[in-house]
Amino acid sequence: MTVVSVLTFAMLGVGVLLALVRLALGPSLLDRVVATDALLVIISAGLAVYAALTRNPTVVPVLVVVSLLGFVGSVSVARYIGGMLLESAADGQDTPTGGARP
Amino acid sequence: MNDVDSVADVIAMACLLVGAFLCLTAGLGLLRFPDVLSRMHAGTKPQTVGVLLIMVGSAIRLTGWSVTWMLLLVAAFQLLTAPVSAHLVSRIAYRRRHVRRDLLLVDELGSGPDRSGGARGDEPADGDPQPGR
Repeated sequence: MTVVSVLTFAMLGVGVLLALVRLALGPSLLDRVVATDALLVIISAGLAVYAALTRNPTVVPVLVVVSLLGFVGSVSVARYIGGMLLESAADGQDTPTGGARP
Repeated sequence: MNDVDSVADVIAMACLLVGAFLCLTAGLGLLRFPDVLSRMHAGTKPQTVGVLLIMVGSAIRLTGWSVTWMLLLVAAFQLLTAPVSAHLVSRIAYRRRHVRRDLLLVDELGSGPDRSGGARGDEPADGDPQPGR
């Protein structure tokens, strides 16, 4: 039981940390949107794991709210970026190092 | 923490462990993959399979119909909303050219008819790139 809880929370924590690193590094805004989405999902998964391991259903309504908020957030940011989209110069695709050409 | 007392608890633990492992792989893929589309491919794994597994595990561990229905609601929301947000993000990523074209095997959007002139869609961003020409 304790082994399962330690293992589960360790994997979730490492996943959150890696998503945070991508959130800090992410060369473009869309990388950050994807990282934030994954971050919210992992956090809600952690809440569900806590509820399951302690048999404590108090946080279950929070899961519903978080899952809907994550969707609204990523969709609104994507629409915002789409609204300010301009045709970029030449064939400006991402460079192999990961950064976007201006 | 209660002790493990039945086979159902063991199944629930297995579901929780696999779901947490999927979250870990999502973090790894987000960090290591080269562009937005492949990062999204990695990042959406816990959004569907991981959340479904963790909800099944929680529903086995927790008792009570209201809790079960709420967990089912969360899983249904995830299944409904993950494709929509992924479609939006990937469409904008393709148009902003945050795509490594040298890594694509097939680019069906790029080999279509001429996309250079006029409006291409119904979004504000699809308008003429140099209006008033």
